[in-house]
Formats: sequence, C-alpha cells, structure tokens
Amino acid sequence: MSTPLLQTKDLQLAFGAVVVADHINFSLNEGERLAVIGQNGAGKTTFINICTGLIRPQAGRVFFEGKDVTELSPRAIALRGMVRSFQLPQLFTEHTVRDCIRIAAAGKRNRLGLWTPLTKAVDDDEVARILTMVGLDKRADELSGALPEGQRKLLDIAMALIMKPRLLILDEPTSGVSSDEKHGLMKTIMNALDAQKVTAIFVEHDVDIVSQYSTRVAAWIAGRIAADGTPEKVLADPEIRKNVIGE
Amino acid sequence: MNRAKIVVILLALVALLLPVALPWIKTPLILGTAFGIAALGISILIISGQISFGHAMFVCAGGYAVAFVSRQWPHLDSAWLLAVGATTGVILGIVVGSFVVRYRAIFFGMLNLALSMVLFAALGKFFNLTGGTDGLRLERAPFFGMNLERDAFESVLLVVGVALALLSGWLVQRYLRSVAGQALSAIKTNETRLEYVGISAYQTLWIGYIISATLCGLSGAIFAIAQGLVTPEMGYWVRSGEIVFVAILGGVGHPVGAFIGAGIFEFVKLFAAAYLTGAWQMVLGFVLIAMVFLAPRGISAMLEQRTTSKREDV
Repeated sequence: MSTPLLQTKDLQLAFGAVVVADHINFSLNEGERLAVIGQNGAGKTTFINICTGLIRPQAGRVFFEGKDVTELSPRAIALRGMVRSFQLPQLFTEHTVRDCIRIAAAGKRNRLGLWTPLTKAVDDDEVARILTMVGLDKRADELSGALPEGQRKLLDIAMALIMKPRLLILDEPTSGVSSDEKHGLMKTIMNALDAQKVTAIFVEHDVDIVSQYSTRVAAWIAGRIAADGTPEKVLADPEIRKNVIGE
Repeated sequence: MNRAKIVVILLALVALLLPVALPWIKTPLILGTAFGIAALGISILIISGQISFGHAMFVCAGGYAVAFVSRQWPHLDSAWLLAVGATTGVILGIVVGSFVVRYRAIFFGMLNLALSMVLFAALGKFFNLTGGTDGLRLERAPFFGMNLERDAFESVLLVVGVALALLSGWLVQRYLRSVAGQALSAIKTNETRLEYVGISAYQTLWIGYIISATLCGLSGAIFAIAQGLVTPEMGYWVRSGEIVFVAILGGVGHPVGAFIGAGIFEFVKLFAAAYLTGAWQMVLGFVLIAMVFLAPRGISAMLEQRTTSKREDV
C-alpha cells in the first residue's frame, strides 16, 4: 500500500478548556479532493494551522509524504510541497498582481538573490500561464490590494499554485464571495488543480459546493472527526445533518 | 529619461560645480552627501516597514574605526579608510542585526535606540581608548597616494563622496528590484504570507539591515575624514533622528530621495543657523509639517507621481 500524502497521528491541542484537536488520526491519499466541514470553532482551521506548521500540537505528529513535519516551520513545509491559501486572502497589497505571483515563484526557488531583478529571476511565461489559468491576466499590472474579493481569493490561490504544490490546502475559498460567483470561482480553482494534478483539501460551509467538488468529506465536531467518507455518505449522516449542517 | 534620473544628474552636477562659485560650500556638501548615504541606509529599513532610531551607532562606529586605524597607521590612504568604515558597518550590522531583526515596529526602533545609547555612553566612559567626550582627532591622510592641502583634499573627498553616493544609489536600486529587495518590501504588507511562499522574513530583513548598516558605516567614515574629528555625539540618538528625518523628507520611492532630503536638511540648517540663530530646529519642524501635508511619501514620491500623471495625460 502506498504511503499517504498527508497523515496525522493522534493530534491533540486545547486552548484552555476548549479542545480544538481531539486525538485526530487522519490520512489523505494522492489525487483526493477532501472537503472539510464543521461549524465555527470545530477546529478546522486549527487542523490546517497544525498541518502547515503555524501551530505546534501538544501531542501527536504530522507526516507529509511519509516524513515527520511536525516541528518544521511553515516555510520549510511549503518548500516541501504542502502549500495553503487563506480564508482572508493574504496578499502583498503594495505589489501588482503579477509581482505577487513572481514573489511566490521566487520563494519556491528558495534563493534570495541580491542582484538579479525579480522580473528575471522567475519564469515569466509560467507566471503568465497561472494568471491566465485563474483569469487574472487582464488585471496583472494592477495593485493586488485594489482587487475585488473574488479576485483576491483567486490571486491568493494563484500564489499557492505557482509553487507547484503536491498538496494544496484551501481555507474557505468561497467565503466572502457572492452566491452567484461561488460556482464560477470553484470551477476555476478545480480546473487549475486538475491542470497541475494537485491533491487538495478545502474547508467549506456550503453543502452544494461540497457535494459538487469533493471526492471525500470529513466532518469536524468539537475538535474530532465525527464522519469521514464519500460526500453522499457523510452528507446523509443524520448526526452530521443535525450538528454540522444545522438541519 | 525619467524625472528621477534628471534629478540625479542635476544634483550631482550642482554638488560638483557649486563649489567653483562658492568655495565655502564644499564642506556642507560633503557632509550632506554623507548624510544622504546614511539616509539611504535608513530608507531600506523604511521600505520594510521598520524605522530604526539608533542607526547613528553605525555612523559613529564607522567614524571611530576610521579614527583608530588612522591613528595606528597615519599614512594609510583615505580610500582605505573609507573601506574600513564600510567594513565596520558590515561586521556590526551582521552582529546587531542577527538579533534586532527578530523584533518589529516600536520594539525594533527602540532596541536600536537603546544599543546606540550604550555605544554613546561607552565611548564617553573609556577615556583612555576613545578620548571620552572630547573624541579623537585624525591627521589628514593621503588620498590616492597624494598628500594634499586642505582645499584640494576636500575637493577630492567631495568628488569621491558624490561618486560613492551615485554608486550606492545605483546598487541600492538594483538590490530593491531583486528578489531579496522585493521580499523586503513584502515584509511591510504581509510577513506571514512571505513565510508561506517559502521566503524567510528573518533572513530577508537581516540582509536589508546589513546593507543599511554598511551605508551608515561608510557615511561615518566620510564624516570622520571630512571633519578630522570623531566624538560620541556622532552616535547620539538625536543624530539617528536626523537621519530618519532626512529619509522621510526625501522619501523612499527612489534612492535619490535620500540625497534630496539631505540637501534640504543641510541647506535649512545652514541658512537657518545664519539668519535664525538658535531656531534652526524650529525651521526644520515647519519643513516636516509642510511635508506631512504636501508630500506625505516624501519628495521622491512626488517626482514619481508627477511622472505618472504626465504619462496619463499623454
């Protein structure tokens, strides 16, 4: 059996009396599209933060491609191929859209050159390809801080994609986006993921989006995985419908 | 040719030709150039969103290193003394920067200030080594192998100072366009994301800090060689404030800003001291207030804006 791309063993973390990671044993295989669902405070973002090195767990380990990454920094983990995007887009707001992606591309090369201009340090054709892929080619030379929310999300994801991740973790990619634009945004993201053959985890609240774009769903309740399986199975689970979806 | 390049050429020509008509202005021009180089160093940190209120320590350390070396080897060429000042900045920048760049905002600024005041106090206390508050005098060293009289010496120092200013400005501009320079400016807007795209914010800011300290060390060497004297006052916190003032006045949009700021600073200081004795700080205060309202991003940003609006008109 092949090694899981991402695996956690007995992750535990509590903020005071609030348990946000309760003995989480989880694994993700290459090619999966996992939707993480759960109510606010269930521990979804904390799980992402632990996996990407922002928070250290009180106990337990995280393995990426079979190697222990629990003690590594977000930078080291990103350079190994586990990259994330954010619920609130994290951009370099005083840089242009194109330069934001160039900086991310330069980061992947892991060399802080003092001499070669950024414009020549990265493959600009690759930058242009990513811009076109996410539909930002027409706004490439605008300041990233001036983009509307949906496009800020796309830029945030484009900055992750240019790093050629093996696993991309998307934290609420459709939050703050109007319901009319949600499916368009998800289609763009999924096409980009397909084009680069990237395995993905995405945190999502919208059941419609979850059922349409995921191959597997994990439901979080109070820091533990209450259900894990196909979208049909998990979304039909009465406990999940009552405690997570809120029916 | 854009407006900033024209201003660079004009400034260099004014600095080199004005002393032909007004020989007395040579010293203020050398000091202004030295101030500009230090302000260029500070502007690198401002680009990353950090302000140091203690960078006069590198100016002071560069000056004292020149004084020590010059007193030990009186015939050592001034060109080497300039290299000594810059190298002192590099070494001290590596050491101090290694822990200071872990801090941000007010903590970064105040930690630099605290360290500069430690140096200031130490230089005043170790009289036998540093000459105490009286400082150390330097003999006029040869320049490019020539033993020159004061006037000729100052002329050569001015030319070298202007050349170093042009070279520093060009190198800093090149650095700011590089991956490291662009990452430095990204620290200001989103340090967290910088880490998530695989770039170390610590390493990025440390490199910027070392370059900034190097420029201040070089500036200190020019001050020491021009004045023939170094005192602990070179490292006093007010001097750090003046460098920050010059950098903010000129703006960080283009390296030329630091030299425009230094030029205005020296000009206001000179004329206000002559015609408004004891009130030159007040004049500088009014200048800064005017800048806050008229050009909050400094004069160099105003140049950029005008260039941009002209392009839009076309």
